[in-house]
Amino acid sequence: MIHAISLRSAITLAIFVMAGCLGELAVTHGMKKAGAPEHLRIRDVTRFLGRAFCTGWFWVGVPLMTLSFYLLMVLLSWEPISLVIPASALSYVVGTLGAKYILKEDVNGLRWAGVLLVCVGVAIVAAG
Amino acid sequence: MSYERKLRVKTLVMVFVMVVCATTGDSLLKHGMTQIGPVSLTHDGLLHGFLAAMTSGTIWVAILFLIGFMLSNMTVLSWADYSYVMPAGALGYVAVTLVGVFAFGETVSPRRWLGVALICVGVFFVGQTRPQTTAVMEAAR
Repeated sequence: MIHAISLRSAITLAIFVMAGCLGELAVTHGMKKAGAPEHLRIRDVTRFLGRAFCTGWFWVGVPLMTLSFYLLMVLLSWEPISLVIPASALSYVVGTLGAKYILKEDVNGLRWAGVLLVCVGVAIVAAG
Repeated sequence: MSYERKLRVKTLVMVFVMVVCATTGDSLLKHGMTQIGPVSLTHDGLLHGFLAAMTSGTIWVAILFLIGFMLSNMTVLSWADYSYVMPAGALGYVAVTLVGVFAFGETVSPRRWLGVALICVGVFFVGQTRPQTTAVMEAAR
């Protein structure tokens, strides 16, 4: 049976996806600003994490991801989980668009194909 | 080892750590909350649920794994593309399905197996692209 989603839920879903993606993009930008650890050794990674937590972009991202999580809880109280979680797979497409146009990552055709397959796959798995 | 290959290997190692931490953390959280039982949405019920969660060893181990996921995610994003790491993280769905089948003997529907297969092929495609396509700052020594 097709479940009709209300306008209120559709808008909340859009804000949930946008806030989550913008939050993750902000954190990614912050991590790039912090600079990668030279080696994957405890000392280098600890120093990196120290720099990362002092990055402003990290603290821009965290409230956005918190808002996204809160909206997920709200959505789950309005709509069936079998609709909300598969719909949240849209984050893969929105996140990739953000990575391409905001972070200026080079998203080629192969990566787009992979992202779309993952998006459909996650929606199917999450639908149960 | 060439820079490109080294980058790919360390990215895959960190994605593996991410997926293991997230899957283990989520599974332990589920196990811990099942042990606690349903939390009623009343003041007393929420307080009791919170105290029970905070005194559960399983929940604390789950939290440690989820912190491990967050830190490994932050670390890999310091050099790798978000559009590379994010889809690769979906391997968690595959891991959860395999754990369900082989550890708990769960039955998985053909539709779910189709989803798992699509995720695997999608991650394989993404894995064929370069993990890093933007300039990355060198760490301050």
